[in-house]
Amino acid sequence: MATVKYTKDHEYIRIDGDTGTVGISHYAQEQLGDVVFVELPTAGKAVKKGDSAAVVESVKAASDIYSPVSGEVTAANPDLEGAPATVNDDPTGKGWFFKVKIANPAELDELMDEAAYKAFLNTL
Amino acid sequence: MGEPQTGPLLTTPLHALHGELGAKMVPFAGYDMPVQYPTGVMAEHNWTREHAGLFDVSHMGQCFLIPADGRFETAAAALEKLVPSDVLGLKPGQQRYSQFTNEEGGILDDLMVTRLGHPGHEHWIYLVVNAACKDADYAHLKAHLPADVALKIAEDLALIAVQGPEAVAAVATLAPDMAGLKFMTSLDLAIDGIWAHVSRTGYTGEDGVEISVKSADAVALTQKLLADPRVKPIGLGARDSLRLEAGLCLYGHDIDTTTSPVEAGLTWSIQKRRRTEGGFLGAARIQKDLADGAPRLRVGILPDGRAPAREGTVVKAADGQPIGNITSGGFGPTINGPLAMGYVNRRFAEPGTPVLLEVRGKDLPAKVVTMPFAPHRYFRG
Repeated sequence: MATVKYTKDHEYIRIDGDTGTVGISHYAQEQLGDVVFVELPTAGKAVKKGDSAAVVESVKAASDIYSPVSGEVTAANPDLEGAPATVNDDPTGKGWFFKVKIANPAELDELMDEAAYKAFLNTL
Repeated sequence: MGEPQTGPLLTTPLHALHGELGAKMVPFAGYDMPVQYPTGVMAEHNWTREHAGLFDVSHMGQCFLIPADGRFETAAAALEKLVPSDVLGLKPGQQRYSQFTNEEGGILDDLMVTRLGHPGHEHWIYLVVNAACKDADYAHLKAHLPADVALKIAEDLALIAVQGPEAVAAVATLAPDMAGLKFMTSLDLAIDGIWAHVSRTGYTGEDGVEISVKSADAVALTQKLLADPRVKPIGLGARDSLRLEAGLCLYGHDIDTTTSPVEAGLTWSIQKRRRTEGGFLGAARIQKDLADGAPRLRVGILPDGRAPAREGTVVKAADGQPIGNITSGGFGPTINGPLAMGYVNRRFAEPGTPVLLEVRGKDLPAKVVTMPFAPHRYFRG
């Protein structure tokens, strides 16, 4: 099973070799409510850890999605344009946002693992 | 949707019930209010359009104008100095939408004005004003009302809206006499033994009612209404998307102290006699806007793509010059797409005019459209 790490802003990154798949946690989709639009970065875009890399819009508001790591975007989820609600239905599966080639693996150490993220959620 | 807070939040008589129903609460206009229930904004919006939604709007201000001489005309004439609508012409039980205007012809608040129809109270005027403006509205009324018209602020009333195609059928199960009530009229009657003032009005574009009831009876009445499977509780989130699809203004966003009712597309609420005679605060500007055309107009704007354009978005002409701003924007579940309203220079207000919306640094194509986005389904008899 691939390693999954989390940010305090509730993004996750599923690590598979030197590539990470980024999305938002179940908790985040629940807080946002019904997702109606997702704006994704295009392949080839360079992102920095903590930069706004995507935008997710619910009926109520727009929220920035920050990249958990620095690197180059290699793919964006093509299914979200036509079916943004996938983010609600399957946030950690089919509802992923983009894939990124990880530039600096050391940045992953600053993120929370599953257990730490669960403990973090309990403090909210 | 929250407003800056100072001091503890106020609560409505239904506060504990919202908790039992699993509501997510947010600060709104100084009150702790339900923004959504467990099903979420989208499901609540759709339920209201298809069945009946129940909204706690008890945070809104309710008050009465009572003339000392017992003549409706005395109270109506006093109110007409503060609003551009025809109040004198109201029949017992009839209701009108209006605005409190300022000296500059801007809007201090928008409100519902009703002449009570209950025998013995036909000289009373009942007002419903916005929660965030109510203290200022009451001060404004006190400052301007003559000594022979008393302001009675109703601190002991709750307000419950039931909206949607099945709303009236559901309420009429408990109060058969209200079934024939027409849009913008009201009735005082018992709903399954609970005395209430029922107005056939609302803020969703749907048929429905707003029920003013003693705070002490509010929970019992709400539980009776929610016992009907057609009626579900709806939060402020869906209330906003419903009113936006209906093209209705939200005070502080789509209308404020700088917008005249004419610019806001509310000329329909200024009846002919008032347009000619004036005699209300700010009449000079409003009559000028009517005669010369307002420099800017509130319009509906429909993005071509799927990205919502939120409040504050700059609206540009096709050549890129700024022509206005979005004042409310989001996603409409019924139209299944983004939608917005805002002000544009009047030369660009014609429906069909192509415009650009600057969203996150990109100019997205959109069109000026007529409102409402979702058709009104009022019961006009």
